[in-house]
Amino acid sequence: MAEPPISTLSGWGRHSARGRELIGEDLEGLSERAHLSRGLGRSYGDSSLPADQQEPVLNTRFADRILHFDEESGALRAEAGLSLSELNRLLMPRGYFTPVSPGTSFVTLGGMVAADVHGKNQHRAGNFGDHVTALRMRVGDGSIIECSPQEHSDLFFGTIGGMGLTGHILEVEFVLRRIPSEWVWQESRRIQDIDEFQDALEEAATEWPYTMGWIDCLARGKNMGRGILMTGDWAEADEAPPTPPKQGFRPSLRFEWPSWVLNGLTIRAFNELYYRKQWRRESQGIVSHASFTYPLDAIRSWNRMYGHRGFTQYQCVLPREAGRSSARRVLEVLTTRGGASFLCVIKDFGREGRGVLSFPRPGITLALDVAVRDDTQALVDALNEQVLREGGRIYLAKDSFTRREHFESMEGERLDRFRAVRDRWDPERRFRSAQSVRLLGD
Amino acid sequence: MRVAFLGATKGMGRALARRMAERGDVLCLLGRNPEDLERSAADLRIHGGGAEVHCVPCDLEKPETFSTAIAAAREALDGLHVVVISAGIFATQDELEADAELTERLLRVDFTNTLLFCEAAKKALLKEGGGTLCAFSSVAGERGRKPVILYGAAKAGLTRYLEGLDHKHSADGLHVITVKPGFVKTSMTAGLPPPPFAGEPDGVALRVLRAIDRGTPVVYAPSAWRLIMAVIRALPRALMRRIGF
Repeated sequence: MAEPPISTLSGWGRHSARGRELIGEDLEGLSERAHLSRGLGRSYGDSSLPADQQEPVLNTRFADRILHFDEESGALRAEAGLSLSELNRLLMPRGYFTPVSPGTSFVTLGGMVAADVHGKNQHRAGNFGDHVTALRMRVGDGSIIECSPQEHSDLFFGTIGGMGLTGHILEVEFVLRRIPSEWVWQESRRIQDIDEFQDALEEAATEWPYTMGWIDCLARGKNMGRGILMTGDWAEADEAPPTPPKQGFRPSLRFEWPSWVLNGLTIRAFNELYYRKQWRRESQGIVSHASFTYPLDAIRSWNRMYGHRGFTQYQCVLPREAGRSSARRVLEVLTTRGGASFLCVIKDFGREGRGVLSFPRPGITLALDVAVRDDTQALVDALNEQVLREGGRIYLAKDSFTRREHFESMEGERLDRFRAVRDRWDPERRFRSAQSVRLLGD
Repeated sequence: MRVAFLGATKGMGRALARRMAERGDVLCLLGRNPEDLERSAADLRIHGGGAEVHCVPCDLEKPETFSTAIAAAREALDGLHVVVISAGIFATQDELEADAELTERLLRVDFTNTLLFCEAAKKALLKEGGGTLCAFSSVAGERGRKPVILYGAAKAGLTRYLEGLDHKHSADGLHVITVKPGFVKTSMTAGLPPPPFAGEPDGVALRVLRAIDRGTPVVYAPSAWRLIMAVIRALPRALMRRIGF
């Protein structure tokens, strides 16, 4: 087969690189020649981008067959390119759902493992990797092996949250959970400031399986951290409307918006409006699962809103030990630098992930969407320095600006353990990405 | 419906087979790689919520296997209502011009062998008293065009053959469906820059399924390609010589 042509590959934040992309149904065959797997390209930064344009990457999205499904236990095995949206379309009407879902359904199972994704139920269900029972992989020496918590466990735990750097994930086995309906009982509540937010999240965590908050990042002083807390639980079959929710029309942003559209003023207006939308202190009701879990999936290619320079999402976790004022200190770094985040999300984490490099740990996470401008590097540096002081860390699936020295200080001995897995399974560093070269040096 | 399907493991065929399984059709997959067929069968059984899916070996490069394979499919399905063929090969004009062996193989598989397969399917369906033969041709066969001269020639021949088959056997209860996909994002077109109106396999599958149910003889997918090709067919030769499309 001919070499695929060189094209521009990009992450969701529109950060891009030139490279060759292999794509096809036959992952086993194609993975022999590829240096990294990528799925639907929803990691924001450079995790799925090639380190070198001569090193082809393998797009897995046509490898999407379900190989086994046990209706009793919910155990499912599928090829790594199966998307969550397809899985939901097929199995939600039958009462099954992934135990952990990120905020978009346009992700592949392989990507969910590689980033060890978390969702609104992190405080209860942990990360996606906590529910994975086995992986089939092509490793550095070219062989194909099966790994699990029992078998080649170092490879298994290195791969969960390992950003594809331990080998190609060919098949994923995990356990789905039962759901009573495709509808969610949602409550939302206005929150005055960042301290109240953390109390509210902590309290909601004991009652609700799904929680998250939206913060108006431009509010300062006593209003800093004001926003809306959203909580949800599955609607029981007798509370839910009798028919499943309909997939409405999903408009698409056809063109890139010019970069001046998102400026301090429009971002402020959006955030103010969004906050005012919740004009009652509390509201509740039954909504479709998709509008609760995947609100942004309603507009396809919404990333074009940020223009050709794109955007970055800065997501960090601040450990519980850092105390409750740590979130305020990080937000202050953003506001004092005049950084305007279009969208800011806050969520509490309940437990550490199982992967060597899994992102979550008990504490609070903040995710800030920031349009890329000339000063973005300086902003990320300043945020990272603050996060380092708090003892926190960043989420690789979102990152494209962190410096290697910052990353190394955040990860410490976890990085040594990850390097040991790579040394054992891929000593020649066949598997690498633009991100691994930037943050790990190889 | 009881469906024998050559090409259900990949691309548009995979999407169509899934839609069929999901609505309860009984499928028999034909193909040359038993392991790959079995993986697709497992997937289709789950899509169909425990649907019945059979597998029968058949190689589009070996015409001598066609009659036995279709007979075996009929046996496994205990009847035969629909035969679908979406298998085939694709190569760009540049690749074909550089490789005479590949050209010969593509013309043989996409034209000669596909027709021979349809002949075998036609006989089996007529023996059942009628049914549907659904074959994937292409908009590439609508007009001689610079980027798809050889591939388009094979597909043009296939389209004409299917048209004749429809004329001759429509009265016998044989519905012949000619599918003419435009640019669809599959592994076959990977690496080619997608034009506007590029389609997704599942969208094609839904249109084809409706055409099979209604007995629509010709189906363009995505639908915009019907109009696009009408324009292309109307363009004067002098213009076709100048444009690259």
